[in-house]
Amino acid sequence: MHYSAGDTAWVLVSAALVLFMTPGLAFFYAGMVRSKNVLGMLMQNFATIAVVSLIWVFGAYSLAFGPDWGGAGLIGTLHFFGLAHSSQPVPGYTGAIAQHIPPLAFVVFQMTFAVITPALITGSTADRLRFGPFIVFVALWSVLVYAPIAHWSFDPHGWLYRMGAEDFAGGTVVEINAGAAGLAIAAVVGRRRGWPRSPMPPHNVPLALLGAGILWFGWFGFNAGSALGANTLAAHAFINTNTAGAAGLLGWIAMEKLRGGKSTTLGAASGAVAGLVAITPSCGFVDAVGAGVIGLAAGAICSVAVSAKFRMRLDDSLDVGGVHLVGGVIGMVLIGLFGTAATGGVNGLLYGGGLPLLGHQAVAILACGAYSFGATWVIAKVLDRLVGLRMTPEDELEGMDTALHAESAYDFGGSFLRSLGGGGFRPAE
Amino acid sequence: MKLIVAIIKPFKLEDVRNALTREGVVGMTVSEVQGYGRQSGHTEVYRGAEYQTSFVPKLKIELVVSDDVATEVVEAIVEAARTEKIGDGKVWVLDVAELVRVRTGERGAEAI
Repeated sequence: MHYSAGDTAWVLVSAALVLFMTPGLAFFYAGMVRSKNVLGMLMQNFATIAVVSLIWVFGAYSLAFGPDWGGAGLIGTLHFFGLAHSSQPVPGYTGAIAQHIPPLAFVVFQMTFAVITPALITGSTADRLRFGPFIVFVALWSVLVYAPIAHWSFDPHGWLYRMGAEDFAGGTVVEINAGAAGLAIAAVVGRRRGWPRSPMPPHNVPLALLGAGILWFGWFGFNAGSALGANTLAAHAFINTNTAGAAGLLGWIAMEKLRGGKSTTLGAASGAVAGLVAITPSCGFVDAVGAGVIGLAAGAICSVAVSAKFRMRLDDSLDVGGVHLVGGVIGMVLIGLFGTAATGGVNGLLYGGGLPLLGHQAVAILACGAYSFGATWVIAKVLDRLVGLRMTPEDELEGMDTALHAESAYDFGGSFLRSLGGGGFRPAE
Repeated sequence: MKLIVAIIKPFKLEDVRNALTREGVVGMTVSEVQGYGRQSGHTEVYRGAEYQTSFVPKLKIELVVSDDVATEVVEAIVEAARTEKIGDGKVWVLDVAELVRVRTGERGAEAI
């Protein structure tokens, strides 16, 4: 088998870029929680990297991209469990879409997607999940929810892929999936105590901006890397990604201004993320105009959508539904309008392609959204019954950092008095 | 002896300190405090959700002076701290029963 050195290098580098997004996400989220829950949020995200990295190698990758089980396009088999048969080409990729990279490069690239998707969910349940049960949730969810949906949309043998639904880098698999799952688990574990009456403002907006910047940077690997080669398609995806992120930023802060408020820095960061979310499925299928419109629409619409949780009385704490579900749907739907064969895929409605693509996109959105919400709700409900997902009221009031992890994120107040020996100290043994 | 306690806007500290120096006051204690009076807090907005902050950052100045200068010192603080906008703060005066300088053991007005 001949592999392209350029393609392989780009995919490996992209894998590293995408892995870096999860710490970026961790800080994006950690900046938005209160100062007593910073380490709890960071810990969930870092632990997700570890848990999914192992689950992926031992099972989930094979279920997502292994030989199709029964030919229905629903799930793969365990043929590649533990990276067995890793010299064999990934089964779905033949003919015009044959890969020119070692299968292991594809394994690790896709692994980073499997990592960040459950990490995204942590935003919806911020400040209130027990740590151990969270780990179990991530492991089960990766196998039962992520792997099947990845098979449907990403694997060329998957039923949505074969039907003709277009999802370049994870509008369904990552964004809609995480958004719907986030709403489901937030519904199961319930609202934070005091929400929405008690104020729970972000404790460190600069940290959130730093995280958003890391996400933007890593997103180039996410989207342009999904071309699986160092080629023109990757370049299209790259520039479209940046265009949509920029348009999303402006869309969000313009909307804030139009609605009578001020343009906020957290709004700018959120708008960029919303634009990047929406361009994720579409970056390899649209042109510059499409990317601009998609980003702008996502920024503007998501800035309004994040308020829906107050009417729904659903404490999706950091707006995983409002940004990732809504942004993912916007991106998927607009492929149906702005898709152009000049970039990749087939023409959408505005480019003379008619309605079929729009129909395929709608089926993909509904199928992935419904399965993710339903399956996540069941997993969370069962776990909650068996072991309890939620922290005790005392621990929630105290905060995750000291209650769950015996650490605090910041030592500004009282540190001088503490240095005088007032609190006692025992050296490590 | 009088204890003068003044709550002022933080950016007025330099003005107040300069005024007190002109009055011959040679020491003070300053703390960062938060509170509210007639001035309400301010509003912060995160992703469209508004958060009212009811406590406003202020500085608290404490100093002990002899009875004969207390009125002028209070006047100097008030003049220096005034912006004529809501939230300028308050000044109050208490009698001091005893005062001791730690280094020398001097007592009363000698210790000021």
